[in-house]
Amino acid sequence: MSAAETTRSSMPPGRSRSGDPPDMLPANPVHTISLFVHDRPGVLVRVAIVFARRGYNIESLVVSPAARGGFSRMTITCSGDPSTLEQIIRQLAKLVDVVHAIDHTGAAIIEAEIALLKLECNVDERTQILQIVDQFKARVVDYGTESLVIRAYGSSEKIDALILMLQPYALSELIRSGKVIMARGIETT
Amino acid sequence: MESKLPTGAEKLIQCLEREGVEYIFGLSGGAAMPIFDALFDSRIKLVLTRHEQGATHMADGYARATGKPGVVLVTSGPGATNTITGLLTAQMDSSPIIVLCGQQIVSLLGSDAFQEADVTGITYPVVKHSYLVKDGKEIPRVAKEAFYIATTGRPGPVLIDLPKDVTQGDCDAPFIDEDDLELPGYGIPARAEASLVAEAAAYLKAAKKPILYIGNGAVISGAGKSIMSLAEKLRAPIVNTLLGKGATDETHPLHLGMLGMHGTAYANKAVVDCDLIMSIGARWDDRITGKLDEFCVDAVKIHVDIDPAENCKILTPDVFIEGDARLVIEDLLPLIEPGDTKDWLDQCAAWRKQFPLRYPKQGGLRTQHVLDRLNAITQGQSIITTDVGQHQMWAAQFCLTTSNRHWICSGGAGTMGFGLPSAIGAQFGCPDKKVWTVCGDGGFQMTLPELATANIHNLPVKCLIINNNYLGMVRQWQEMFFDNRYSGVDLEGNPDFVKLARAYDIKALRIKRAADVDRILQEAHDYDEGPCVVVAEVAKEDNVFPMIPAGAPLSGMLIEKPKHKLEKPTGST
Repeated sequence: MSAAETTRSSMPPGRSRSGDPPDMLPANPVHTISLFVHDRPGVLVRVAIVFARRGYNIESLVVSPAARGGFSRMTITCSGDPSTLEQIIRQLAKLVDVVHAIDHTGAAIIEAEIALLKLECNVDERTQILQIVDQFKARVVDYGTESLVIRAYGSSEKIDALILMLQPYALSELIRSGKVIMARGIETT
Repeated sequence: MESKLPTGAEKLIQCLEREGVEYIFGLSGGAAMPIFDALFDSRIKLVLTRHEQGATHMADGYARATGKPGVVLVTSGPGATNTITGLLTAQMDSSPIIVLCGQQIVSLLGSDAFQEADVTGITYPVVKHSYLVKDGKEIPRVAKEAFYIATTGRPGPVLIDLPKDVTQGDCDAPFIDEDDLELPGYGIPARAEASLVAEAAAYLKAAKKPILYIGNGAVISGAGKSIMSLAEKLRAPIVNTLLGKGATDETHPLHLGMLGMHGTAYANKAVVDCDLIMSIGARWDDRITGKLDEFCVDAVKIHVDIDPAENCKILTPDVFIEGDARLVIEDLLPLIEPGDTKDWLDQCAAWRKQFPLRYPKQGGLRTQHVLDRLNAITQGQSIITTDVGQHQMWAAQFCLTTSNRHWICSGGAGTMGFGLPSAIGAQFGCPDKKVWTVCGDGGFQMTLPELATANIHNLPVKCLIINNNYLGMVRQWQEMFFDNRYSGVDLEGNPDFVKLARAYDIKALRIKRAADVDRILQEAHDYDEGPCVVVAEVAKEDNVFPMIPAGAPLSGMLIEKPKHKLEKPTGST
């Protein structure tokens, strides 16, 4: 059993935990939305405004060119009232430059995220940290005399768990790519 | 022979000509000068307004009266920001207008140069779509897309920001046809799904007390005739929203008039009691539903809308049919069997008799009386635009519409200052129609300089100013809910509107007594040589009833001012 799985119960609040009893579920689980957009100026702002107008918080947003030239893909994770989210998705789909908007929450998807973590540490701590890093199949990508930079890859939940495990140490910098997803099989992302 | 390329501005104007644009409403300025220069040689007529807000409402009034897009041309910076109220108004009421803005040269974008502003950025939330054109080659494509997007599906405003070097420079791009547009994210609903239409027909067949609730979508699609056929076949009563007025004949025996906050008592009672309500191009606005939790709880709800984003926005219907109102009703009609609704129609007739629209005949000149008589004179044949406030609600109650696109007002945005310029735009679009605007003294003063615009074009717009020297609707709420604490509603300092109109060299008449109403309204109605201002000096304090206090259920409708003190409304504004 991997470390990521064993630490599930101590994850930070706000993340969806499907194995928990209903009363333990957070009120507003994180939703993952994919957008396929026409790559026209202003499309990112138009998308952001749909969320902002309704006071909805975007937790992560990844934009990259799509396989088809002239189009981009966005993966957005966000949390908030589910009925508002339904409305947001309809309003996103209505935007002239948005080809489609899909909520993949609960669907069969491949997901991935990369994180870089910088830790200031002495030699004693370094051994403990490396053990954790090893358990999470992360890698040290920069060794310094007083610091380490770690690159972790996997599901967002796994990265959450790694961060939690590294909390006791001097985590000075953290950057996450944001979640990217792809629907399994022939389903459209 | 050396052929000279057109400038971007010339190409733009050629594109507008190809779209059939007759008028451009606008106000000039430095960054828009190349476009104004190109207009000089065009057959498109420029209507120079006195303020950019006026220009947007004129284009909006033109669009709503004709169904064709209205075009606005303004300069950069403040010229463009002055269009924002007009954009919001058009966006909320699904009106197709195209706003062309001059802009600083491309290299100075974002540099705080003179009259430079992030206009596309400022306007994102109030447009259907927008463009910042950074290369003259894009002009034909952008113009074609703008007109296509503004006028199709659920119409709305489109803004095009045009840097001066782009309009001044050469443009060697060819014209674009609609078939060549590439808009993969923009679709127009196809014919409605047959299974959903059949489902709606089954619900309608089972209903004992159905009601048809008609909105602006029916106006836009011209669904009125089909809806009347549906109502007559079903033997179902009709109610319409403020913006749905005109789609169907309000004088028809099956028509109960306007529903909602200031709708007729019989319309609202029918909505409370119905067992099926079918929205045709209406969007369950808070002015219609009152307290949502108690709105038609047990009734079947059918929703027909061209905009799929309206599905489940406010409430969850039993059937949602995405499509153009007229086409959906045409598909539905063959499936409809004659309804047996005699008891239901008798009940509606009884309510109509028991709770008619009425108003006190004493206590000075009454707005209701003036508008009742205006209705008698216009008989649904004139285009009536209104401003926003008490007079708007009374006009909606008393001026019954019989023809489509004959009723124009700002519903969603509730924009004061809309009345006069929208009437001017409507008159440009419909020169053979008589056009009245009904304004309050508050709203009239927000765009009154457009009197000059009407006058220089000899437009026979008739402007009825309901003058009570108050912001009357807010005063009414303060009287009813705030213990008569009149705060910020007294329009002390109003000018003499008759003298003001005459200062513009415009014919002006004053109504002071009820006995003069018919004669003066008729005189104005018959005067066609130019604008005419009629000032009705009405009772200072008067209230619009029926009224459903904001946030109250429809069953909480007040027919008249209650004796007891009312709680402040806690629902929507």
